[in-house]
Amino acid sequence: MSAYRIQPPAPPFARKAVAASTPTAPGFEPVRAVSRRDFLKAGSVLVVGVSLFGCSPGEPPAGTAAESAPSGPWTPDVYVTVEADGLVRIISHRCEMGQGVKTSLPSVVADEMEADWSRVLVEQATGDKKYGDQSTGGSLSIISFYQRMREAGASVRAMLEQAAAQQWGVPVADCRAANHRVVHGPSGRSADFAELVAAASVLAVPPVDRLRLKTPDEFRYIGKELQSVDLPDIVRGEAKYGADIVLPGMKYAAIARPPVVLGKVRSFNADKAMAVPGVEQVVELPAVEPPVMFKALGGVAVIADNSWAALKARDLLEIEWDEGPNADYESEAFRQQLLETVRQPGEAVRDEGDFDAAAAAAAQVLEAEYYAPHLNHMMMEPPAAVASVTEDSCEIWAPTQDPQSLIPMAAAVTGLPEDRIRVNMTLCGGAFGRKGKGDYADEAVHLSKAVGAPVKVQWSREDEVRHGYYHTVSAQHLAAALDEEGRVTGWRHRLAYPTIFSIFDPAANSPQTLELGLGALTLPYAVDSIRLEKGAAPAKVRIGWLRSVAIFQSFGINVFTDEIAHARGMDPLDNLLDLLGPDRTIDLASFGMENKENHPFQTGRLRGVIELAAEKAGWGRSVPAGHGLGIAAQYSFDTYAASVVEVAVADDGSWHVPRVVMTVDCGQVVNLDRAVAQQEGAAVMGLGFARYGRITARDGRIEQGNFNNARVVRHGEHPQAEVHFVQNHLPPSGIGEPGVPPFAPALINAIFAATGKRLRELPIGNRIG
Amino acid sequence: MITLKVNGETREYGGDGDMPLLWFLRDLLGLTGTKYSCGKGLCGACTVHMNGAAVRSCVITMAAAADAEVTTIEGLSPTGEHPLQIAWAEHDVPQCGYCQPGQIMQAASLLASNPNPSAEQIADAMNGVICRCGTYQRIGKAIASVAGGDA
Repeated sequence: MSAYRIQPPAPPFARKAVAASTPTAPGFEPVRAVSRRDFLKAGSVLVVGVSLFGCSPGEPPAGTAAESAPSGPWTPDVYVTVEADGLVRIISHRCEMGQGVKTSLPSVVADEMEADWSRVLVEQATGDKKYGDQSTGGSLSIISFYQRMREAGASVRAMLEQAAAQQWGVPVADCRAANHRVVHGPSGRSADFAELVAAASVLAVPPVDRLRLKTPDEFRYIGKELQSVDLPDIVRGEAKYGADIVLPGMKYAAIARPPVVLGKVRSFNADKAMAVPGVEQVVELPAVEPPVMFKALGGVAVIADNSWAALKARDLLEIEWDEGPNADYESEAFRQQLLETVRQPGEAVRDEGDFDAAAAAAAQVLEAEYYAPHLNHMMMEPPAAVASVTEDSCEIWAPTQDPQSLIPMAAAVTGLPEDRIRVNMTLCGGAFGRKGKGDYADEAVHLSKAVGAPVKVQWSREDEVRHGYYHTVSAQHLAAALDEEGRVTGWRHRLAYPTIFSIFDPAANSPQTLELGLGALTLPYAVDSIRLEKGAAPAKVRIGWLRSVAIFQSFGINVFTDEIAHARGMDPLDNLLDLLGPDRTIDLASFGMENKENHPFQTGRLRGVIELAAEKAGWGRSVPAGHGLGIAAQYSFDTYAASVVEVAVADDGSWHVPRVVMTVDCGQVVNLDRAVAQQEGAAVMGLGFARYGRITARDGRIEQGNFNNARVVRHGEHPQAEVHFVQNHLPPSGIGEPGVPPFAPALINAIFAATGKRLRELPIGNRIG
Repeated sequence: MITLKVNGETREYGGDGDMPLLWFLRDLLGLTGTKYSCGKGLCGACTVHMNGAAVRSCVITMAAAADAEVTTIEGLSPTGEHPLQIAWAEHDVPQCGYCQPGQIMQAASLLASNPNPSAEQIADAMNGVICRCGTYQRIGKAIASVAGGDA
């Protein structure tokens, strides 16, 4: 892709990543006792960002001196082990779901310690508090652990340099690590890390305030392009995902879950299911009680000796359901309810100036309503998990974004103490937030306990479409006051949607700060009167976070901004920059959010990505007939992102996106290739939500079932994405999610530019009518 | 008894003839490189070659696979260095990777029948294999690079 690319040792597969997700040997390896020896020993403070989704703080540093291990592996840090032969093992403790974290965070350690990447093996952690927060969501991995990984690497480097200095009897200041060796400058003498392990292992770990971190010009891997460590396994079909785990004696389970959330089994007849060859037994699961959290939904499970028998027999179960309180959920009626809600005043959660006075004095008040339905994750790997419960232990293998959350859940089911529960993290075959909610692992634990053998639970695609966690459904009403000169003097945004927090607290029935903070509360416009109001909306299905979270807020705000531009007779880019106003720092605390020292919200950086996108896309150029350009931008997850979409609309209303320019300012980029890939993927997902994304309910049941009616973008429909990162060395922030929200509004604005048609509901389908 | 060849080895199966080939490969042979995703032939994650053609193994019954020669991702190349596998590495195609065995098997089938496909022909041939991570742009480039072009 560029001259900066770091190629792996040739040929492409010379370095094989350790398949650390390989399951523990057959049966069950006893749960490893965690000793102090395993804990972090560096004198560094674990940097843990504020989690969006409830994470635990990391273990504080323990001890000050490394254990002596003259002939064996040396573990100077919870994340780092150096073998006697110099091989460096780096733990990846976060969840790899395609975003590249299993490569990026370890590469930061390797960079700071001057390790040769070809002599690094990355190993996947189990779920364990000793690693700090492992709940992988909210685009937080880099924000939370970049500094910690640098300190880990710098600490090991310092010890290796000191070991060399001692061996040679020279000042440590003259010794510098470089590419897996320590070199004595004056003499040119050098030693491989392997030759220094024994001496380094008896040294005290330096305190973090004495560490010398590299300057950006010294970076070996950070900001460059590294191939994903799992790539060789992936292209050979050897990578292990949740459903790929096989244990001796393992049974296969498929479950008939209540068709309506909080429904219960009234009675069932399993005669036909039991007649299917390979079926061994049928187990009723306990009904879920609110709050639903990440708990198994209940239902009836078929246990068989292969997946097919279980899935086939499951469909033959005859079950009478008590449908419970959500059987009245009907999407069209709910849409009307939400729209009615946002036509009325709501609870003000941000109120500056006096919108009503601005509107009363306005020459024009512009109003518009927007609606976006439920979405679901549609990751390619449906949920699957294996559990092996014995009398005194429980081991889980699961594609999970939140392994630590499974431990108390399994403890509750099994009655075992938490230190007898082990959670192995497989690769996730896509996750997008879904696999932060381990109901499928909870099911496996229930069933393994019930049948006394290891059990794999396999969800079908229909299971996931009908029993998933859904991105919320929303209505928004926006109003702007324009004065005689066309200045925007007031902005009012009313919105209503069921909240994510309803899965934790059934009484939560309106948007919360976490969700509102992704675009709505954080509206950075320099308008005198700004009012944000939220309305009540009950949750009738499980509401869950999905990549980017509350994505529709960007849709409503950016499309309405474009509508304002046309009402003012202004170019949409000029209007956007005018509303953004002079560069300044937004006080997030004034909205009940947190001002982060390293990540202040600076509107100048948002302006930067907007201007860069406009420049790269050739904003203002003449386009072919039927084409249009649209722009949108959003600050979310501490990252600034903008998109310029070019749409081509044919005479029959069919449309496609020949090109999208995406710009991102996330501070220091860690792995440029993976960061670019995340934006390319964000464009495809954003396009999919805009074209197809819609999950609906009738009688409390989800109406869609598979890729035929819960459609996603296919090859040939994808846009050509052109991605540009703002180059700077500011503290890094997340790149997994921020690219998605600008896409749909930029597309809608482009369609308006091409056709003069203003679309205010998603999805828009294949044809513009 | 159903007999078939998988990656060159003769295999026998005596169970339910309605079982899709996918589950025979995964659960009975342990060839887990072939992925389950939709079960209805809608997404292509389970794509294998049967008698040289790309098929969706989730909708091919074992009865229909009798006497067939089946190749899975594990059998695509003895060294795991099929030109497409190398191209996938050079273009860093995968994100989560779950669909990629199916993508590669579909692409290999395309190139076997049309060694120099146009971008449109690539899109047509690959349309049935979904990637939710959105790696299509790189898939297209990787296939084109093997085909000799540079899309």
